[in-house]
Amino acid sequence: MSDAVTIPDEAEVRARWGGFAWTPENASQAEKVIARYPAGRQHSAIMPLLDLAQRQVGAETNTQGWLPVPVIEYVAAQIDMPYMRAYEVATFYTMYNLAPVGRYHVQVCGTTPCMLRGSDDVFAACKAKGLHKGGTTADGLFTLNEVECLGACANAPMVQINDDNYEDLTFDTMTAILDDLAAGKQPKIGPQIERQTSCPEGGPTSLKEMVSENHDYRGGW
Amino acid sequence: MTDATAPATPPPPPFVGPLEDKDRIFTNVYGFQDWGIDAAIKRGDWDNTKKLLEIGQDGIIEIIKASGLRGRGGAGFPTGMKWSFMPKESKDGRPSFLVINADESEPGSCKDREIIRHDPHKLIEGALVAGFAMRARAAYIYIRGEFIYEAKVLFAAVEQAYAKGFLGRNACGSGYDFDVFVHRGAGAYICGEETAQIESLEGKKGQPRLKPPFPAGAGLYGCPTTVNNVESIAVSPTILRRGAAWFSRFGRDNNKGTKLFQISGHVNKPCVVEESMSIPFRELIDRHCGGIRGGWDNLLAVIPGGSSVPLVPAKEIMDAPMDFDGLRGLGSGLGTAAVIVMDKSTDIVRAISRLSYFYKHESCGQCTPCREGTGWMWRVMERLRTGEAEIEEIDMLQQVTKQVEGHTICALGDAAAWPIQGLIRHFRPEIERRIMERGGSSGPMMEAAE
Repeated sequence: MSDAVTIPDEAEVRARWGGFAWTPENASQAEKVIARYPAGRQHSAIMPLLDLAQRQVGAETNTQGWLPVPVIEYVAAQIDMPYMRAYEVATFYTMYNLAPVGRYHVQVCGTTPCMLRGSDDVFAACKAKGLHKGGTTADGLFTLNEVECLGACANAPMVQINDDNYEDLTFDTMTAILDDLAAGKQPKIGPQIERQTSCPEGGPTSLKEMVSENHDYRGGW
Repeated sequence: MTDATAPATPPPPPFVGPLEDKDRIFTNVYGFQDWGIDAAIKRGDWDNTKKLLEIGQDGIIEIIKASGLRGRGGAGFPTGMKWSFMPKESKDGRPSFLVINADESEPGSCKDREIIRHDPHKLIEGALVAGFAMRARAAYIYIRGEFIYEAKVLFAAVEQAYAKGFLGRNACGSGYDFDVFVHRGAGAYICGEETAQIESLEGKKGQPRLKPPFPAGAGLYGCPTTVNNVESIAVSPTILRRGAAWFSRFGRDNNKGTKLFQISGHVNKPCVVEESMSIPFRELIDRHCGGIRGGWDNLLAVIPGGSSVPLVPAKEIMDAPMDFDGLRGLGSGLGTAAVIVMDKSTDIVRAISRLSYFYKHESCGQCTPCREGTGWMWRVMERLRTGEAEIEEIDMLQQVTKQVEGHTICALGDAAAWPIQGLIRHFRPEIERRIMERGGSSGPMMEAAE
């Protein structure tokens, strides 16, 4: 458990977040989420609701957001779930932050397909900018974490920063992305080389008509 | 009358690629065009789906069976047979559910992402067709939490389908009521295991259940449930439109159809591409990936089916057919067809050790052999990486992998063991070399007092 986060002091957290409640917008979103599951099965909504709560905390703190204990309690109460069951869920899944993170949560994939394509260079770029694994920079801008495969292996190496993927990275393009974010600019999302999504670099080897028009291939059936 | 002495005409050789564009199912796989419903309809999705449903529930299952479609999520179980396990009528009023596994987290795999963000209507139409065939009340699509943009597209695509009357009450005018819901995960590889996914959908930690009961008997909310991979579901409407014979034209016997291959690692142009099953490895790489980085002589090894399958050394894989049976014959597997290519610059022990770390990180902690074993195996792998070990420890590690494999509720224990076994089987001399160079047991003796 050495890599477990230090959960912030409870009294302080309770003072700050004890009065947490949905914004009117999120309250109606929460209702919509619960309605996706059969009557009496509202416990199923715990994951989307925790995500929604984390986003609301993020919006209030201008960070990616995290889940203070009183917020988990609030969400659990809404769906009649014992707090401990909700806490189990919050600790089991990696996307719930149990401690505050920075404005940008830099999650670099380090699993083998990314490692083979140079994720070491991506980490080096982060280090050169003063980011350390598991830590937040002093200005509160960046939190760096190594994460496991994010499912973009044909575009490795890649990083997910808050909700956006940046793919086909090098030391230089990763540096540029961090510079842009620090300067308040939005970098280009997706592949950082001349490439359409997971298409081979330089253009497709199949389905070439699709590049210029919404081709209907049924004519050849 | 046939002459018994005449030599029988040999059956024609199986079609093993390359696939023609007209036979590709996922025509917008790269997202050059809009994913939205109007563009999808122009490409052929939602084209008289009512007529597909009129084939009837058993008829649909028969066509899928005849097509030879095997599940695309890794295990390769025949899809039609899986659907046929669902109860034909509810004796006690319990509804049935279809759960679509979009928790794509296997290192190397990135195909479901392309389907969802660029061709989501193939999946949603497939959900209706498959759900209807197995007499399900609704489908839940479980999409991994990190696919944030992809989930946004999927939510919007489902809404589009409702707005057109393709889902919901009297879906597509068929008289059948069917709902599709999207559920986002939150970062746990284990939720790709079907019973862990069901637990997670119920709002719990994603820890696999003991089987039996199998999901087809008691799955989501205790109701009959079938869990299918995204690709298996998304190809089914096209199979129904074009017929079982069309789909089974591609690939060798028992390995039929088209498949999305995902090639990552040391090729010149990594990509996702739909090809015929059984396409030779060399053809796949040369045609779509611009060859191996540094040429074919520079190829070291390939993990052909995602991180859970053992690696295959270069000389064995070069001309192997990329299908379930061909790769099993090489002591590996097709898995999700996530092909991880490694050239001779690769630190092969580190590459596998990093996978061991992945499994350590993703073990759900339920079964002791896996919870303790994955960490133990990773720590030994790290010492083998640097050579800070004894020769005997290679055998000890091999033995421990055997104690994990087959001794856990789900296959994560096996998946953690197999890559290490593959490494020892094929690269033992490399591991021994590192130990010798560090002065291990058979190397020059170090005197403690010196």
